[in-house]
Amino acid sequence: MKKFLKPLLLGFLAVICAGVAFAQDAATPAAPLTVEQRLAELETKVNATGIDKGDNAWMLTSSALVLFMSLPGLALFYGGIVRKKNVLSVFAQIFATAGIAAIAWWAIGFSLAFAPDGNAIFGGTGWAFFKGVGGDPGTLATVSQNIFAIFQLTFAIITPALIVGAIAERMKFSAVLLFITIWLFLVYFPFAHMVWGGGYLATTIKAIDFAGGTVVHMTSGYSALVLAILLGKRIGYGKEPLPPHSVVLTATGTGILWVGWYGFNAGSAGAADGIAGNAFATTTFAAAIAGLTWGFAEWIFKGKPSVLGFSSGVIAGLVAITPAAGFVSVGSSIIFGVLGGLIPFFAVAYLKNWLGYDDALDTFGVHGVGGTLGAILTGVFADPKINSLVPESGLLVEQIKAVVVTAIWSVVATAVIAFIVKLVVGLRPTEEVEREGLDLAEHGEEGYHS
Amino acid sequence: MKKIEAIVKPFKLEEVKDALHEVGIEGMTVSEVKGFGRQKGHTEIYRGSEYTVDFLPKIKVEVVVADSKASEVAAAIVKAAKTGKIGDGKIFISGIEEAIRIRTEEKGDSAV
Repeated sequence: MKKFLKPLLLGFLAVICAGVAFAQDAATPAAPLTVEQRLAELETKVNATGIDKGDNAWMLTSSALVLFMSLPGLALFYGGIVRKKNVLSVFAQIFATAGIAAIAWWAIGFSLAFAPDGNAIFGGTGWAFFKGVGGDPGTLATVSQNIFAIFQLTFAIITPALIVGAIAERMKFSAVLLFITIWLFLVYFPFAHMVWGGGYLATTIKAIDFAGGTVVHMTSGYSALVLAILLGKRIGYGKEPLPPHSVVLTATGTGILWVGWYGFNAGSAGAADGIAGNAFATTTFAAAIAGLTWGFAEWIFKGKPSVLGFSSGVIAGLVAITPAAGFVSVGSSIIFGVLGGLIPFFAVAYLKNWLGYDDALDTFGVHGVGGTLGAILTGVFADPKINSLVPESGLLVEQIKAVVVTAIWSVVATAVIAFIVKLVVGLRPTEEVEREGLDLAEHGEEGYHS
Repeated sequence: MKKIEAIVKPFKLEEVKDALHEVGIEGMTVSEVKGFGRQKGHTEIYRGSEYTVDFLPKIKVEVVVADSKASEVAAAIVKAAKTGKIGDGKIFISGIEEAIRIRTEEKGDSAV
């Protein structure tokens, strides 16, 4: 083989050179353009609506960032909090969610969420199988429709993945898959349409939601609460200690989620513009201050500030600012940070124990409560001077109405879906499987071999 | 021959090992164990839920010695491992019926 290498390489180079020589046309000098012609060309370029390369580039980047939030961000965040014997099950559930959401989105989900000619609850079916979804702009004036579609897909992936948090360590893999599939159709697609696609919560109830406080955090949060209650507590909850097996993984996941959230919030501006810049700034302050606030709250009320506390605070702040990021000022975002760190802290540290439900990874406490808080604060602090989409008055009432609709819908839909899933495959694994750990029993793997 | 099992605080391992060398003991087996006697555990807090962790990490050192050396070795371990504070650990001495050095197949005192 070796002695053929030199002649092979030389032959390859010769072919390339011949090809290049062949491809060159003899250059013919063109006639110079008049000033009028050049001006006309320039005016056409400047006035054309169509793809803006900066916007496309930012939306491409944002999509990648949001996917990074799911894998590995959320997987690490949750994975660290569960016990060692269940760490892989979290990854399995999120990987599977990504696949299911992708297929559903391509087939009909994107259309049901964003296509025109629908009704108050669902969009039309004209974009099924990504028909017409190509490089030209569509929903957004300056962004390729296929990029917009994938950007929104990354949201459709992370939202059901959040629910995994409430049922961690005690739901059958098959049940998770079936639940998520139906949940996408009964909750996510309708809400994406109702809030962002011109449906009920945008037209009849005039609520606003910049990046998904309603669509992502409240839906998943309230659904998580219901599912956690229906599933029941983990074996040993309240009696045995069930501490996180690796706060290192959780804290790492938190950092990834924070960075990814820039794609989530600033990307929801749909353009690389000043609004995206506003969202970028408000997101930063809300996250940083909420993290510190939760840590301090723990220090005061529980004795020591923990890294899990800082991590939880950062996430809570990010959740709270999500519906508001491109609508409120930086000054207001600091209030979002303080309240986003405090109120979910009390929900997790006191409300959960008082009500006695096992929200294993605090999806309701952080996303449900944090999302609700964010939606209401948006009603208070959204400023039409920051973003022209903000109405001059009356927003708070509309936001509260939207919260009520979201809570009721999510709760009822989840109860119905859980009932169906229980009939078809059952919800909980057997006691032996739960004690052995889902990784070994359901996935045939161990996260660590010591 | 006697087996001496000493359960000591983890940070005392180096001192115990050096003390054993000084009385002529070259070999030992060490394991990481958990346990408690009268020493209380500690509290950990995760997101507002408090857990009392009863089991404390300890190190178990096992050596097998000739009968005549047993009390000397035990005394050396006590001196090295003692801090005077609760949780210092315990030593158990038991009889060993036979010992074999695998490489040379020696038995008895010359095997330990």
